[in-house]
Amino acid sequence: MLRILRARLKQGYRTIRFPDEPPVLPEKYLGRPQWDAGKCQGDCTACIQACPTGALNKSKGAVALDLGRCLFCTDCMDACPAGAIRFTAEYRLATRTREALVVDNRPYALAKALDEKTHKLFGRSLKLRQVSAGGCNACEADTNVLNTVGFDLGRFGIQFVASPRHADGLLITGPVPKNMELALQKTYDATPSPKIVVLVGACAVSGGVFEGHPEVNNGAASIVPVDLFVPGCPPHPITILDGLLRLLGRIE
Amino acid sequence: MIILPQIHNGQALPLKDVPELAVADFRSLVLERVRRGRRISSLFGMPDGDQIMILAVLAHDSQGRLELCRMRVHDRYPALTPEVPQVHWFEREIAEQWGIVPEGHPWLKPIRFHASYVPGRDAWGRDKAMPIEPCVTNYFRVEGEEIHEVAVGPVHAGIIEPGHFRFQCHGENVLHLEIELGYQHRGIERALIGGPNSRSVHYMETLAGDTTIGHATAYASIVEALGDIAPSPRAQALRAIALELERLANHTGDLGALAGDVGFLPTASYGGRLRGDFLNITALLCGNRFGRNFVHPGGVRFDPTAPTVDNLLIRLDKTFEAVQNAVDLLWETPSVMSRFEGTGTVSRQDAARLGLVGPAARAAGVDLDVRSDLPWGIYQSHELPSVTLQTGDVAARAYVRWFEIQKSIEFIRDMTAALPGGPVLQEVPPSAQDHVAVALVEGWRGEICHVAVTNEHGRLRHYKITDPSFHNWFGLALALRGQQISDFPLCNKSFNLSYCGHDL
Repeated sequence: MLRILRARLKQGYRTIRFPDEPPVLPEKYLGRPQWDAGKCQGDCTACIQACPTGALNKSKGAVALDLGRCLFCTDCMDACPAGAIRFTAEYRLATRTREALVVDNRPYALAKALDEKTHKLFGRSLKLRQVSAGGCNACEADTNVLNTVGFDLGRFGIQFVASPRHADGLLITGPVPKNMELALQKTYDATPSPKIVVLVGACAVSGGVFEGHPEVNNGAASIVPVDLFVPGCPPHPITILDGLLRLLGRIE
Repeated sequence: MIILPQIHNGQALPLKDVPELAVADFRSLVLERVRRGRRISSLFGMPDGDQIMILAVLAHDSQGRLELCRMRVHDRYPALTPEVPQVHWFEREIAEQWGIVPEGHPWLKPIRFHASYVPGRDAWGRDKAMPIEPCVTNYFRVEGEEIHEVAVGPVHAGIIEPGHFRFQCHGENVLHLEIELGYQHRGIERALIGGPNSRSVHYMETLAGDTTIGHATAYASIVEALGDIAPSPRAQALRAIALELERLANHTGDLGALAGDVGFLPTASYGGRLRGDFLNITALLCGNRFGRNFVHPGGVRFDPTAPTVDNLLIRLDKTFEAVQNAVDLLWETPSVMSRFEGTGTVSRQDAARLGLVGPAARAAGVDLDVRSDLPWGIYQSHELPSVTLQTGDVAARAYVRWFEIQKSIEFIRDMTAALPGGPVLQEVPPSAQDHVAVALVEGWRGEICHVAVTNEHGRLRHYKITDPSFHNWFGLALALRGQQISDFPLCNKSFNLSYCGHDL
């Protein structure tokens, strides 16, 4: 018993101060990409060719990037002969709509809080059922880590529960393989209404690197209605937490 | 006497140099080699005209060499499984992918639940108008008045990947557990054919996301073998550091989760956080906690500066100190040890016969570690001795992880103390044509095996991935025999296998 108490003292208090203080991110952290349209050469398509998921698009000389497909792999940055693309340290990425994930010259529309009625229900207590549907265990791990003392998700009233019957919504990861479609549908149906759906990671949002495979569904949006999109491969835990807190109106 | 070509780990050779044997010769040769201590690292089919070519990769651990042989089959061949149980899952895979029947296989069922890759040929003669539903199949059943069946999954209680588990129980005791997977099947091997292309390396990083470095390293070794170059010593050292960091993160997380499964909350709580600290050290190298974008054919994509390496070491030491403190609590707490000891035992003989790999094998006394048996890259010059225990229970699988954590820490310290200089990334020449290459990596779960066969243009004609989980899922089923069903979470965590790495 004494040993356990001694260890407790040694391990210390480890919960981050986010959202009251900005998060500490790795020095090389790859956040929301940005490009210098002035440097981009008219008919060059090097970045589009290099992108593994077709996230980049160019029309009338202007580049648009679909963050829902982006793996944050820097292949475009490395391919760009003009050095026009860079990845910023911007970790806030979650949106309420799929369209808002397409980055062009408009301001980025971060997720807004749930409508008043739903917010009243879930704002102080949100129970989520996680469904991994073809996820590679990276999005799952970085969702699970929110339960550790480092992030202490419980302090925001958010908890992952063991049954859809106990849940207010689903947090889905993975491209949803055909083999997992029915199970996802059944889990959604088993969750009592009103309910919300959060998609975490490029796979769940668009199919990610598996987009177009006949074995998968290109994400969950064609199967269930979605309330929050969190892009990334995988998103940093802070990006997921930031998205959830925005949805609940805890960050604006 | 047939002489097989011998290659080292991470070598390519012309496909024509791999002897094609008659079915009977192939069979007797594999049986004879396995009797003499070879292991089957891979056994798979690929199309060859209107036939299927079956290629075997035999690991000769004591000699540090790999042997290859092949045969061609039409639609059936006499199964190897009755004499060589370690290929039972491989033969089920061959049946499912190519519609080939390994005759005499004692339990021939699909493993991923997809249609055969050869239109019109199905090993089970299923009606092709009927959809193939995942895990809808016959299961081993125990009959009796007091027998009941428990079915769990695909959607589990925690934040875990999907799979289906069926327990045959007598009261609380599990007589038999059968595991069926396939929910995570994303068609990765099929999508790799014709590559490499802009997606290839990203498939490797996401086929089992917690083993990003392990699989990306195996893939990079394959491409480098086919292009006949070796990455620079600095790149090899950095890859090894990243691989050991991946092991540290996962082993630490597993020890924490094992504590959680026996209700010992202190270590459970510290383990989860400390796992994250190791992931953050990986992010120091490349910006991503799982090591995405780090390993690339030709080397690595990020070169840490001297201050970054110093920072890495400081954080490594600090994290290790906290891990030691957290993990020591486990061994000192009788209520934890009494739950770990004697639970989920797999005998040495069963582990060897089933071809288990990684910590699960070493915990049962099977001395097997690619890093020391078939070393690649920097492991050829920096030995990392393997750790084996004898009891094969949850306690042994926990201890092995703890010993490996200590060895990995030492290894990273040594590596960073004498980090070679030079460039970290070089251009890889185009792949050799009509070649076969094999690369093995000791991932944190055990042996990762990748095999590539190129076509006449040097493109990928076939790519076979074997995650350690492919070998080990049946080990978990075996560990549950005679256990209480309430021990399942603990046993499961002590193996901690990958669903997506298996389902591909």
